[in-house]
This record gives sequence, structure tokens and C-alpha cells, in this order.
Amino acid sequence: MELIHVIADIIVSLGAFFLLVGSIGLIRLPDFYSRAHAQGKADTLGVMLIIFGLLLTQLSGGAYINSVKLLIIIAFVGLTNPTGTNALVGAAFRFRLKPWFKDEQSGKTENSGNEIKEEEKG
Amino acid sequence: MDKYFIYLSVVLTVIIFIPLYRVLMGPTLYDRVLGAGAIATKTMVLILVIGLVFNRLDMFIDITMAYAILNFIGTIAIAKYLGTRGYRKK
Repeated sequence: MELIHVIADIIVSLGAFFLLVGSIGLIRLPDFYSRAHAQGKADTLGVMLIIFGLLLTQLSGGAYINSVKLLIIIAFVGLTNPTGTNALVGAAFRFRLKPWFKDEQSGKTENSGNEIKEEEKG
Repeated sequence: MDKYFIYLSVVLTVIIFIPLYRVLMGPTLYDRVLGAGAIATKTMVLILVIGLVFNRLDMFIDITMAYAILNFIGTIAIAKYLGTRGYRKK
């Protein structure tokens, strides 16, 4: 096995690890905003790493058109995945979804991020 | 090398099934949309890996690009719809 295949396998394994971290963060974090943070950063990094590993295997095989297309997909995912997450968080913030915060007086955490705040009168 | 990518596709399938919990049990509507977007993003990678296993990556890359564009446009459309509706109710 050549060296570039070993490097590609290591990069792909690292990307799969980041995808696993993103999935676990999506179901374990307490709030919508922190879940959006997990999906917007860890998932994007994992996808970009895996596609970069596939690009290395294609580049060693001599398929240059596939390499260019995979590079375009990397750029597209790196641009659009955080943009979509940001648009969704902006919509939730405009809908006044209440964020999760730590209560400062008593010091205990309050999980109030799962309910939509009542709208103010006026 | 091919055996490694077959194992990777199995692992990716298991990873894809994890955010389905957030889609089904999500407390708010935004959590469900976020989980659907996460599933679509990971499915894109799975399509590429399956293309490499089948040795037809030149065909599967185009499918992946179309899928990425559909995912992005769907998320943006849902975000615009939900955002403007909440804004107008004020």
C-alpha cells in the first residue's frame, strides 16, 4: 500500500470521528443554539475532511476531473453549510426562542431553552 | 483499501441514524429542521463513499452536487418562511 493511501485513510477516519462528534452533540447539547453550533462546525469539518481524503485517493489514481469536482464540492459545503445553519438560527432568534443560560443568583443551571417565550404585549 | 471503505460506509450509516432522534423527538420545530439538515449533510458523504466502493465515482459526484444544492435551498427556504412568519406576528 502506498503512502498516500495511508494518509488518505487517516484523514477519512478523522473526518468520520468529527461526524460522530457532531451527531452526539446534536442529541446531547441542551439548547437549540448550542445544537446549531455542533451542526454548523463539527459536521462541516468532518464532511470537508472525508471529501479531502477521497480527493487524495482520486489524485493518486490519476483522475484529475474527479479531483476538481471534489474540490468544488469542498468549497460548496464549506460555504453553504454554515450559511444554512446561520439562517436557521436567525429565524429562531427572530421568533424569540429563549436561549439556555445559567442562573447567576442561585448558581444552578436552568433548562428553559426548550420552550418558546411568550410574546410581549403592545 | 476497498474493504476499508466498505467498513466506513457501515459506520457512516450508523452515524446518520443518530440525528433521527432529534428529528422525531425535537422540542421545537427548529430542532427538527436542524436534524434533517444534519442527516442530509451526512448522506452526501455516504453517497460519495458508495460511489468509490462501486468504482463509479464520476457518476456519483454529480448526484452529490445536486443533493448538496437541494439541501442548501431547502434549509434556506424553510428558514426564510419561519423567520418571516415569526417576525410578522409581532
